[in-house]
Amino acid sequence: MSKPTALSIGLERGKLEIKQFMRQRESVVFTLLFPLILLAIFGSVFSNSIAKGVTFSQYFVAGMIASGMVNTGFQQLAIMIPMERDFGTLKRLRGTPMPASSYFIGKAILVTLSMLVQVLLLLAAGVIFFGVNLPTSANKWLLLAALLVLGSTCSTVLGIAFSNVPKSGRGASAVVSPVVIVLQFFSGVFFIFSDLPHWMQQVAAIFPLKWMTQGARSVFLPDSFAQREVAGNWETGRTFAIITAWLVLGLVWAVRSFKWERD
Amino acid sequence: MSKVISVAGLRKSYGSTKAVDGLALEIEQGEIFALLGPNGAGKTTTVEILEGFRDRDSGEVKVLGFDPATKGRAGQSWRDRIGIVLQSTNDAGDLTVLESVSHFAKYYANPKDARDVIELVGLTDKADALGRTLSGGQRRRLDVALGIIGNPELIFLDEPTTGFDPEARRAFWLLVRKLRDEGATILLTTHYLDEAEALADRVAVINHGQIIEISTPDQLGGRATSLATVSWRDGQQLQTEKSANPTELVKKLGQQFGGEVPELSVKRASLEDIYLEMICGTYE
Repeated sequence: MSKPTALSIGLERGKLEIKQFMRQRESVVFTLLFPLILLAIFGSVFSNSIAKGVTFSQYFVAGMIASGMVNTGFQQLAIMIPMERDFGTLKRLRGTPMPASSYFIGKAILVTLSMLVQVLLLLAAGVIFFGVNLPTSANKWLLLAALLVLGSTCSTVLGIAFSNVPKSGRGASAVVSPVVIVLQFFSGVFFIFSDLPHWMQQVAAIFPLKWMTQGARSVFLPDSFAQREVAGNWETGRTFAIITAWLVLGLVWAVRSFKWERD
Repeated sequence: MSKVISVAGLRKSYGSTKAVDGLALEIEQGEIFALLGPNGAGKTTTVEILEGFRDRDSGEVKVLGFDPATKGRAGQSWRDRIGIVLQSTNDAGDLTVLESVSHFAKYYANPKDARDVIELVGLTDKADALGRTLSGGQRRRLDVALGIIGNPELIFLDEPTTGFDPEARRAFWLLVRKLRDEGATILLTTHYLDEAEALADRVAVINHGQIIEISTPDQLGGRATSLATVSWRDGQQLQTEKSANPTELVKKLGQQFGGEVPELSVKRASLEDIYLEMICGTYE
């Protein structure tokens, strides 16, 4: 038999990750359905228009799609990996010839798939129930694709890096979820970003979620809305630059700090 | 015979604590070698260095001719040749036994057949059961299946039968002997001295980070030549005497009682007696 490669094992790990994901009802509900529930609540409560031709629901769907990248990458991995560390999964894998890269390929496959499902569900619900308009130009679709690829990769890498912060698998959710929720409040997911206090905007601008939401708005809201942004335009270049910077930072952090065993 | 594991002058400290302090040992191909020692003796640290999980401070270590501290790709082909059964793991509860074992088979260049391995560990009936529905003993056998699926030349078994009922332990011992008969070398750590006695060709007793003695289980601590304890009943009194020549003593007693000696027993020190004497003897 030929020797397995890092990629072939990585693809097998991806299949296994998805299989395990689908069998855990909590993960399916928590990761995929919870954002839809939020959309249903917020979309129903705030049904007003926030600008000409823009409803709050549309604004919120854009924010939730950006959040989807954070939920399925950062949040999912930063909770899941400490649990795998506690259960001995990681130590067991370390004792096999599986290359470390295969493990991360498997996680990336899981994140990509759950992110795509999440975005599709949000878009479908947005279009059907809340009058969200899909982009009509090829450029906007390209922009969305680029944003999802870069944002999701950044979120994945940061999730792997942050997986070393929680002290235990059981406590991981309590450490990671508040970080995500606070960032969501600060970054213009639940509230209109330009209405937030100045200091909050400044704090949010350090982190990538703010830029992901802004990028998503540039795809799903009409270009006329750009003037309502804090900078008065979509800042697409800066958006991609800052997410890329976080991606690089996360990569260095993850490579330096990743542990296969609880100390 | 070639050495599967050779260790010389191994040292490892955590802060000011010397976990392993100049340890040396050699393990031959095809033997079952048991490492005994109290908690904190340096057993786990030693094994984890041999498994490549931990770096050492100094000393020579070769496992299958390879330094386990080597990083990178070379380490992967080495791992292809070893199998590690860790202490209590509790993962992959959402996968069936067959799914887990078949998946792990894909990591190796020359794996065993997944169904064969499942049969070998006695889980055929549970092949399609989810990991989380297995009992403790079944779970442990799955751990073993995952450890040996790669067809390893060397198998590390860390406390393999903790939590087993007596019947499951016997079955497990048969499995370990079978693996050895197929050509694997086995390094076993255990708290159970009867397990070491039943399985091991040689045992090493380790304490304070050093090997106190390496021997066969029946020779350890001069066990074969140690004094025997002879006891019998003399009227109301239960008599015991330690003797280097128990046969002589029994003959004498036979003459004295003119036939059967009431409640006669002759006992050699058990491996546990010897072990405890060694461990406590070096304890200050």
